[in-house]
Amino acid sequence: MRLELGKINIVDVQFGDTTKIESGTLYVNKQKIIDIVMEDEHIKSVEVELAKPGEETRITPVKDVIEPRVKVEGQGEIFPGVMSKVTTVGTGRTHVLKGAAVITCGKIVGFQEGIIDMSGPGSEFTPFSKLNNVCLVIKPVDGLKQHEYEAAVRMAGLKVATFIGKVGKDVQPDEVEVYETKPLLESINEYPNLPKVGYVYMLQTQGLLHDTYVYGVDSKKIVPTILYPTEVMDGAILSGNCVSACDKNTTYHHQNNPIIHDLYERHGKDINFVGIIITNENVYLADKERSSNWTAKLCKYLGLDGAIVSQEGFGNPDTDLIMNCKKIENEGIKTVIVTDEYAGRDGASQSLADADAKADAVVTGGNANEVIILPPMKKIIGMLDYTDKIAGGFDGSLRADGSIEAEIQVITGATNELGFNKLSTIGF
Amino acid sequence: MSKIRVVHYINQFFAGIGGEEKADIKPEVRDGIVGPGAALNMTFKDEAEIVATVICGDSYFNENIEEAKSNILEMVKKYKPDLFVAGPAFNAGRYGVACGAITKAIQEELNIPAVTAMYIENPGADMFKKDVYIIETKNSAASMRTAAPALAKFALKLARNEEIKSPGEDGYIPRGIRKNIFREERGSKRAVDMLIKKLKGEAFITEYPMPEFDNVEPGKAVKDLSKIKLAVLTSGGIVPKGNPDRIESSSASKYGKYDIEGVMDLTEETYETAHGGYDPVYANEDADRVLPVDVLRDLEKEGVIGELHKYFYTTTGNGTSVGNAKKFAAEYAKELVADGVEAVILTST
Repeated sequence: MRLELGKINIVDVQFGDTTKIESGTLYVNKQKIIDIVMEDEHIKSVEVELAKPGEETRITPVKDVIEPRVKVEGQGEIFPGVMSKVTTVGTGRTHVLKGAAVITCGKIVGFQEGIIDMSGPGSEFTPFSKLNNVCLVIKPVDGLKQHEYEAAVRMAGLKVATFIGKVGKDVQPDEVEVYETKPLLESINEYPNLPKVGYVYMLQTQGLLHDTYVYGVDSKKIVPTILYPTEVMDGAILSGNCVSACDKNTTYHHQNNPIIHDLYERHGKDINFVGIIITNENVYLADKERSSNWTAKLCKYLGLDGAIVSQEGFGNPDTDLIMNCKKIENEGIKTVIVTDEYAGRDGASQSLADADAKADAVVTGGNANEVIILPPMKKIIGMLDYTDKIAGGFDGSLRADGSIEAEIQVITGATNELGFNKLSTIGF
Repeated sequence: MSKIRVVHYINQFFAGIGGEEKADIKPEVRDGIVGPGAALNMTFKDEAEIVATVICGDSYFNENIEEAKSNILEMVKKYKPDLFVAGPAFNAGRYGVACGAITKAIQEELNIPAVTAMYIENPGADMFKKDVYIIETKNSAASMRTAAPALAKFALKLARNEEIKSPGEDGYIPRGIRKNIFREERGSKRAVDMLIKKLKGEAFITEYPMPEFDNVEPGKAVKDLSKIKLAVLTSGGIVPKGNPDRIESSSASKYGKYDIEGVMDLTEETYETAHGGYDPVYANEDADRVLPVDVLRDLEKEGVIGELHKYFYTTTGNGTSVGNAKKFAAEYAKELVADGVEAVILTST
């Protein structure tokens, strides 16, 4: 499977009469966006606002972040099985509006969504402060159940991102990157002397409002399976969760999975990157056993020498992470695991809920409990009425002057476990 | 600027008084440098000066810890030092414990920078590494030539109030405190690099060495439930409606204790969950699903259990540090025992 990824650099976003890209500026027609969102009868109202890097703007409660992309050549469309037919994607050519994103907001559960600051100390912890964002603040019709609200907001974000992505179809990209993964036997023949490496991609599936979708399937219901890495770049995996926003993968994170990118960087040089195994993090023990048995089985079946295992979330999924690591290592396959830590506000507690001596190669995205003070911002996109209750907040988190004292857990993507950031932790 | 005033602590052996036969000598203080202080002073140069040396026998210190500590504190205080240095103790066990204990006491009670040094396997290292900086040395006094300058250099940093870097950079024994930093490369690249090293059999450094977990032995089975008082506790965040004590949805800093005398059933109107880590719909509809008060009342009525304790204790387990969890449990376990509770059901989510 071979995919060309054409990146159109977006350096600014503005409202305009038509939605288009002109010399690096993305213009969006506000009314058109409102019309698209309001197609859904579950939605009472939507506010469309822009947020740019460096502005004194706080966006909260953030549910998802999505990168506008469009299929230019090759079969299928972006977000197969959700926004289009379930055609297998990942081949041909895709254009990306690099530097732009759609952000969905709404107090779906209230304490499960995140914060994005566009400037100040908080902005250093989230990659989305560097993007030109089109924000949708969505209110549900009265009496709508939380999970229906979540689904409505999820779909609204995908629809708007797809709409905006389409304007990139005929634009000449600033840069084109090519990614290719061959069928297993061909790949092995091509690089017979390089170690075969796979990527075990754990998806958040802890329950209602804690879900991830693969080609439209709720991944609670999958058994571990194999994907070509380029499928992910075309939106095969998307987010339906955001609780403890620091270490949940937004749809943007999936689209731009950095582990996939960095494995490709070394492919054909130091390693032979043969593919991805996706798996889930269900809460029942039998599911955990089955899924970790299967990831280990598939790693062995693919003849892997090494694998990177990435987690999504913390606590309960720590057990899935350690089970995966232990069972894959037991097959004689070397692992590196990517996680984050909950070591307490003082950093003195043990960081994971499970551990094993076999997990001797760990990359950490930081201690989510560390406290930060976010100064007041001039503009709030969304609302602050849940700040004291947000996961990572506490009584008194929101101060009278509008500043927030909270754990970095509240910041969307702060301790991402795909290794998206430079944030990490060391022992002092 | 005037010189930094240093008080140095050593044992009877390094003071040249004697070995094991003199290990019972009481603390004494002498003006100026004694023994290994000379090696420290070479690094202090003109910036700092050892104004006094406290000497104490290792056996005496360990057998009379409180008395020794308070005497030494008095001795040190008189010299109004800016800095306190103990050791190096190398692999001398009782000396290491004394160095750790006195360094901690000086730091906490006199509130001045204090540091010691010893071998990583010295029992004093494990006992005090969380409380004080301990510079890592080799195991024998033969390495004084490298140990003393390392200790003195770090001591000067502390006295100057300079930023303390990582254990690897500054040479102290890791205290087990996790601190956030920004690294040069993003995590994904670090993971790929680490995997390639691991595949090649090259050395690599894990970013989180696995902790050793406490294993808790399950309690013995209760033979006859019908005679006992049973309590029910949860980390599922069940609280009276409105969450009166504002227990956090994640990373709880507190727990709640609530009276359920006469409560037969937890209803949607009276109880809810404060927990932010799971879908709250089912727990809010009927909190008995997490904290099964209704069925426990049935069992009480049927005589299966003697009595349901009048309080339940609750917190949110979501992201809550082990440190906090241990602290909560230590407090309410005492209360439960005092209240005559003989068995506890702990529910999670």
